[in-house]
Amino acid sequence: MRANPQLDENGKLRHFLTIEGLRRPLLTDILDTAESFAGVTERTVKKVPLLRGKTIVNLFFEPSTRTRTTFELAAKRLSADVLNIQASVSATTKGETLLDTLHNLEAMHCDMFVVRHCDSGAAHFMAKHVAPHVAVINAGDGSHAHPTQAMLDMFTIRRHKGEFGALRVAIVGDILHSRVARSQIHALTTLGVNEVRIIAPKTLIPAHAEALGVHVYHDLREGLRDVDVVIMLRLQNERMGSAFLPGEHEYYRLFGLTEEKLALAKPDVTVMHPGPINRGVEIDSAVADGPRSVILQQVSYGIAVRMAIMSMAMHQRGE
Amino acid sequence: MGARVEIGRERLSIKGGRVVDPANGVDAIVDVHVADGEIVAVGDASNDFRSDRDIDARGKIVCPGLVDLRAALREPGAEHKATIASETRAAAAGGVTTLCCPPDTSPPIDSTAVAKLVQTRAAQAGYARVLPLGALTCQLDGRRISEMAALKESGCVGVSNAYRPLENTLVTRRAMEYAATYGLTVFINAEDHWLRDNGCVHEGTVSTRLGLPGIPEAAETAAVACYLALIKQTGVRAHFCCLSTALGAGMVARAKYDGLPVSADVSAHQLHLTEYDADQFNSLCHVRPPLRTQRDRDGLRGELARSALAAICSDHQPHEADAKLAPFAETAHGVSALDTLLPLSLKLVEEGLMTTAEVVARLTHQPAAILGVDAGTLSVGAAADICIFDPEHYWLVSEESLVSRGHNTPFLGWELKGRAICTVLAGRVVHCVP
Repeated sequence: MRANPQLDENGKLRHFLTIEGLRRPLLTDILDTAESFAGVTERTVKKVPLLRGKTIVNLFFEPSTRTRTTFELAAKRLSADVLNIQASVSATTKGETLLDTLHNLEAMHCDMFVVRHCDSGAAHFMAKHVAPHVAVINAGDGSHAHPTQAMLDMFTIRRHKGEFGALRVAIVGDILHSRVARSQIHALTTLGVNEVRIIAPKTLIPAHAEALGVHVYHDLREGLRDVDVVIMLRLQNERMGSAFLPGEHEYYRLFGLTEEKLALAKPDVTVMHPGPINRGVEIDSAVADGPRSVILQQVSYGIAVRMAIMSMAMHQRGE
Repeated sequence: MGARVEIGRERLSIKGGRVVDPANGVDAIVDVHVADGEIVAVGDASNDFRSDRDIDARGKIVCPGLVDLRAALREPGAEHKATIASETRAAAAGGVTTLCCPPDTSPPIDSTAVAKLVQTRAAQAGYARVLPLGALTCQLDGRRISEMAALKESGCVGVSNAYRPLENTLVTRRAMEYAATYGLTVFINAEDHWLRDNGCVHEGTVSTRLGLPGIPEAAETAAVACYLALIKQTGVRAHFCCLSTALGAGMVARAKYDGLPVSADVSAHQLHLTEYDADQFNSLCHVRPPLRTQRDRDGLRGELARSALAAICSDHQPHEADAKLAPFAETAHGVSALDTLLPLSLKLVEEGLMTTAEVVARLTHQPAAILGVDAGTLSVGAAADICIFDPEHYWLVSEESLVSRGHNTPFLGWELKGRAICTVLAGRVVHCVP
């Protein structure tokens, strides 16, 4: 087995590419560090000088508002200089462009890349080719991983539920194409929840999904029974009316989260969504805006969690 | 024999080696004598034979030159990756004396001009016999059948559409009927275009974990089933290239047993690697068809041992370094494989799957029979295409040790056993390790 490329020889974070292969103490450490930063974001002076003098590049090959903004805020609150690059991915020369872009930015003495790319493995690829002093944070690669999102979801769950051990968590929607779901599954199983369920029609469940350590359900009512946390995934519009799904009407009827279906879960169930939400497609407005929804809290926790991960990955560079 | 090569003028005696010539049932320590580009004797030469050069083969194995059913040579069109000269030289260094190249060059081998160009360049280089496959459809467009009769006359040993899809089953049927008219074998890469979609790895546990688009087993088996139905309908002789699934290989094996004129091969890397080797986004394991499960690998090995898969090919696809330097799905597929064909095949002997003679058969006269050429034997009177290899020679696969211009092999860093020390083409020594 090859060494985990995101850890240094002492088992500390070097890059943050995927949850898979990280141990529970490290994930807990991230959550604890984020907890300490959560205070900072609520102060009048919202800055700490941890990354002063460092340059962080947000390199986004896919459009994003929420993730990019929270990364930017997190970097600024750590006193780093931030550069936002919205790069386009040309259809023919993606490979060269990516490597060339990387080396060009490196030549400008940047210290960290926060990268989002449409190809699975793009962050791994960059981590393999950057100079040794540069850290790479995966802000979403293809259908592979979105580890900072998963960590902010874990942060949310811990804040609202306490311990992980007894929890039943259901993830509902397009698991097949979801990098968020993959990272959440690894995080939840590593943190030792009682059960992870994934709920979707067979067209949206990846092959051998059970090998990820989850139980597969194709019926939302059955899958929601007695769960403590429900995570709804965003359904991309292009899946509708394709060979994946017949259309919004049938999807909402069978897999849309309504108050009535939610009643099957535990009474104190927490409802989450990585956003942006499609009201009336995967989730009813009454649920999204209701008392059990923590969707907006997730966004604000995102800043603290990303501060934690950035400072931990940076801290190992001979500070 | 389709490909013309320069005839060796030296008389050779290859002495003291273990001669393994499965077509003639020979496995013994005897001498092999060559004159005028042909084998003149195996055993004692006639009294008046005087050799110009003796080759000491003691402790070595002397077998027919290897016949590779699939090696992309990149010329014309992709000379930045490799050339016919560079890759036939790698073939000679790997003990391969005959190789068959697919038609998906640029322009494709869909005309007499391109078919001749390939053979002329190969003859000029002089390292190996190159037998082209002609395009099944014009420009491989999958709609209009090519001038197959002309392609056959200009040296093509079969026709194929490589990995380009045929537009529909009617085109497939007509193309097969036309090929059958001229006695041409259709070489098939069984891959359902729609089921493959944008996949780049086997659809299974690894694709699920890595979030890479998967290619289901059915992309191969559905295509095999469809082709088998049309082979039965048209009566064409067909060969399935580079099968990757145990189920697909089993289907061809049953069809063969039922009397259909079909054969199949497997690439050497499919016999040693699985989907797990592509873990950590290792783009060197981005191959087409994809590396599949351990069950598939073992099933392919079983069908190879039973001879349902009659040949091991290299499926050589050399690339420039940049082609593998990108996120996995964006990288070019394929392995540079001529250098490792022989040792990876011999590894099956080491692992107890087959005898040396059985492995040699799958690298020589069995693929030659599929191509319909007179090669792959050490029969007296046959062309003197000979591979002498040291079965005990260990070597490290590294960028320095590879002869092919393509260094894209997942076996980099492996220590392999067995290497050609001398290769003879039509009586001429084209590779010799001092």
